[in-house]
Amino acid sequence: MIVFDKVTKIYSDGTVALDGTSLIIEPKEFVSIVGHSGAGKTTLVKMLLSEEKPTSGKIFFESIDVNKLKKGEIHHYRRRIGTVFQDFKLLSNKTVYENISFAMEMAGRYDEEISADVPHVLDLVNLSNKAYNFPHELSGGEKQRVAIARAIVNQPDIIVADEPTGNLDPINTHEIIQILKKVNDLGTTVILTTHNKGVIDSLGKRVITMEKGKVVRDDKSGRYSM
Amino acid sequence: MLWITTKRILKSGLQDFSRSGFVSVSSVLVMMITLFIITAMIVFGGFLKFNLDRVKDKVDINVYFVTTAKEDDILSIKKNLDSLPEVSTVEYITKEQALANFKENNKDNDVVLQSIEELGDNPLGAVLNIKAKDSEQYEGIAKYLDNMSGETLSKNALNIIDTVNYGKNKVIIDGLNKLIKIANMIGLWLAIIFILFSIIVTFNTIKLTIFMARDEISVMRLVGASSEYVKGPFIVSGILCGVISAIMVLILSAIFTFIINHYFSYYFAGFNLYNFYIMNFLKIFGVIFGSGIVLGSFASYLAVRKYLRH
Repeated sequence: MIVFDKVTKIYSDGTVALDGTSLIIEPKEFVSIVGHSGAGKTTLVKMLLSEEKPTSGKIFFESIDVNKLKKGEIHHYRRRIGTVFQDFKLLSNKTVYENISFAMEMAGRYDEEISADVPHVLDLVNLSNKAYNFPHELSGGEKQRVAIARAIVNQPDIIVADEPTGNLDPINTHEIIQILKKVNDLGTTVILTTHNKGVIDSLGKRVITMEKGKVVRDDKSGRYSM
Repeated sequence: MLWITTKRILKSGLQDFSRSGFVSVSSVLVMMITLFIITAMIVFGGFLKFNLDRVKDKVDINVYFVTTAKEDDILSIKKNLDSLPEVSTVEYITKEQALANFKENNKDNDVVLQSIEELGDNPLGAVLNIKAKDSEQYEGIAKYLDNMSGETLSKNALNIIDTVNYGKNKVIIDGLNKLIKIANMIGLWLAIIFILFSIIVTFNTIKLTIFMARDEISVMRLVGASSEYVKGPFIVSGILCGVISAIMVLILSAIFTFIINHYFSYYFAGFNLYNFYIMNFLKIFGVIFGSGIVLGSFASYLAVRKYLRH
């Protein structure tokens, strides 16, 4: 379970990104967070990843108080969360295969496990034929599929996808969402932030709407309404 | 697990270095300039020392004896001087040898040679040429000669010294000592300034390459990489950059010193650049290899640390 308890984030220039936000995300849920740019979606995600500290309030992941994680503990915590971003964030110097195996190496997995799991996950995102290509040789949709493969390969508890379809055409968008749904069906919590009305409407899952750093709607089986 | 982690860090570092192409080449080139400057400073130091030693070698003090001095007395003074810790060598020139030298030096001057012949007797006394280990010690040796007492020498011996030419040479010796100090000081400061500047440039180049990889660093962090795992490959790349630069500089320096020595040896007044390089190769190898590795790893460590603070 993930809990945001009255979380406020005010940046040094006075911008209020989150304003007393509280919400609970149950295990195995598929939650979409929608809102205009600057509504606080990305800040929320950064807080969960312990990339930013809140000005006040608390964030829990199971029994872990995320703000109280020490420097040496953060990377262990992050290994439990798979992340997918709009700009893919792939390692440009590494091949598709190495981008995925890197995440497994970080988790301290053995070489035998890596050589068994990477082809499997590449097959899942339909990229087996691109294993030895570099990111600059891939299309946007392919890059995002690599990012998803990397995010799921360590079988994390949560997948956080921050605007994963922002740079993709409708066909690739559909593919990515289908993969995320499949991952969720296999038991992983998925947190998706998006602007895409079509995506939200087709999912028929929980939708949290944010505005000016506050949760203004929370529908169990929502549609996009802004 | 430690072995697996080390292996992965090494592999990743080597891979990053080889795949970074142009960036790696430019870091190597900048590092090579630094290592070249360090090599040049070592060779320059050798050249300076060679010349200063040679000038020092030309300086001595001479003890002229009266023509009636007995050889035994002269030799006992020589023995005394030999036992002084400051003295490097004492050369004894007999009065016969002194005359032969004088004739040789004036072989084109008939008037002088004729005068010597007419005198019949040998007008020259024996000489002791004294060389000190260090040019600053001449004054001490001169004082010793002045204060020689009857306890160490026979009565006669005290009266057989005609002149000691330290007084005449004093100005030259003092000037030389000053010159040596200044030359050493200038050499040292030049080396420090050059090396410091080039180290700063190398540091900044490596900082820049890591600055270019800052997004990659943040991605590694997001994927759950520990600080060591992020730092490791950069440090390996830095060390590799240092090692490659060092090897290139050592090879190129051998070629350059050989060529310079071959074509421009005239300008080095007897100093053999290539021989110096080969004779001191182990020392130069140690300094250049060590500098390359330390510079590469330390600069990488400092630069990458900046992006790991949050």
